[in-house]
Amino acid sequence: MSGTGSLYQELILDLSRHPRAKGLHDGADASSHQVNPTCGDEVTVQLHLDGDVVRAVRWDGEGCAISQASASILAELAPGLTLDDLGSRIALFRTAMRSKGRIEPDEELLGDAVALGGVSKYTARVKCAMLPWVAAEDALAHRAA
Amino acid sequence: MTLTAPAAPALSTDEVLALRRDFPLLQREGLVYLDSTATSQRPRQVLDAEVAYVEHEHAAVHRGAHTLAAEATERFEEARGTVAAFIGADDDEVVWTSGATAALNLVAGAIGNASAGRGGAEADRFRLREGDEVVVTELEHHADLVPWQELALRTGATLRWIPVDDDGALRMDEAARIVGPRTRVLAFSHVSNVLGAVNPVADLVALAREHGALTVLDACQSVPHLPFDVRTLGVDLVAFSGHKMLGPTGIGALWGRREVLNALPPFLTGGSMITTVTMERSEYLPAPQRFEAGTQPTSQAIGLAEAVRYLQGVGMERVAAHEAAIGDRLAEGLDAIDGVRLLGPRPGAPRVGLASFVVDGVHAHDVGQVLDEAGVAVRVGHHCAQPLHRRLGVTASTRASGYVYTTEDEVDRFLEATVQAVRFFGVRS
Repeated sequence: MSGTGSLYQELILDLSRHPRAKGLHDGADASSHQVNPTCGDEVTVQLHLDGDVVRAVRWDGEGCAISQASASILAELAPGLTLDDLGSRIALFRTAMRSKGRIEPDEELLGDAVALGGVSKYTARVKCAMLPWVAAEDALAHRAA
Repeated sequence: MTLTAPAAPALSTDEVLALRRDFPLLQREGLVYLDSTATSQRPRQVLDAEVAYVEHEHAAVHRGAHTLAAEATERFEEARGTVAAFIGADDDEVVWTSGATAALNLVAGAIGNASAGRGGAEADRFRLREGDEVVVTELEHHADLVPWQELALRTGATLRWIPVDDDGALRMDEAARIVGPRTRVLAFSHVSNVLGAVNPVADLVALAREHGALTVLDACQSVPHLPFDVRTLGVDLVAFSGHKMLGPTGIGALWGRREVLNALPPFLTGGSMITTVTMERSEYLPAPQRFEAGTQPTSQAIGLAEAVRYLQGVGMERVAAHEAAIGDRLAEGLDAIDGVRLLGPRPGAPRVGLASFVVDGVHAHDVGQVLDEAGVAVRVGHHCAQPLHRRLGVTASTRASGYVYTTEDEVDRFLEATVQAVRFFGVRS
């Protein structure tokens, strides 16, 4: 089970059992609901802002260990970032996820998302990891619009 | 049609192993293929039949006048006859489609056309108006739900559904309340693609007949797995897919009673389905050609006919008996694992060779990942039946589904890998 072990690092398993920042709060400045049509997983991500800076990310949803852990990781990474920074971190994360294992997530910029690095070798699971990040991106886009 | 007392003995291990040698893909090292409900694997005979047709006989069917075209047309129609005989039908009642989804959309689309006034007086019996009802069930595959939703929205008819109980069995008490004088169409699946349970076709047909409703049967999970006879079932229309019964993708069929097919207006229109065309209007051929506009999937039809011959060679009674044994082994094995919730019929109750389950606190994608690591290919997700999953209180499940080539040893390897998955994800939440 070495492959599965590298996919499900201890942090992923831990976060899937003990999620962070889960549960929506009133007064979000932007939010987005995303569904993975192949499995029916869903996530709602809220952005709570102070001007152009993320104060908090809250989320709720149901899904696999990867998508749930990914939402927690995003929610812990985002506070303190400007909206532009958040947008570029999402783009970086996507590049790593789509790299088929060639690009490790940059720990300095993506924090605990390094633990999701193994996902990029499993193309069927990339969508799971991306789901909350896509939601955050969509929330950003709709706020800008 | 019952699965409780198979009319033939199940396949022996040696017989299954002999069959497996016909399947090139199953020679793949370390693979346990338990996703046959999604798509089955194909025996060498099917591949060879397609290649032989393409290499020696391929031409446009039903249009050329040259010898090759005549031969190709003959092969194509022979294939139709083979498939028709397999389900107890006459040749002219079998319409080729690209699959069951296309067949069900054809029916819904044709009824929509009738509702728009097409098809003349004969088609008036299909015409839906506001106040009419189309009834489906809560356990339908999306292919037997979404086309009816669309039809209801287009015509102003109301879509209703027969609910299921906590085990996923149809609530027949509710069915008797829901199917009534307003019901014009009753569409339901023969065997649930998630639960493997066989639905009470005769009871549903009786209800529909009482009120003069058209019956449409999604037979995707029964034609491949059970002896199947359209006359015994008493339904009006039947849809099924070739790739779920050892045949190619891109081919399937719609069966309909002759008088029903010939009264339905066409759905797809164009070449090869007409008699006379002027710039203003066209007249149409009778069924089945009326519903076969455009160039048909000829080599796929020939491949499907070969798949039918292969299944006939095994014998459908024996296929059903083998599947019942595989289904029992899956259900009993899963039910015995602590932390696993088996969906659908309890162990020992009739089911085809598939079982879906949920591991408490662990998402199906994560279960599937561990199984995949062990070489076991299963389906994870909602299996195109979101409403059923929602009703059972889960977003996704894991489904293991066997077929005529599935061994008991494979079932056991799957069960061992499932135990590993439960252990890997640790304590249940």
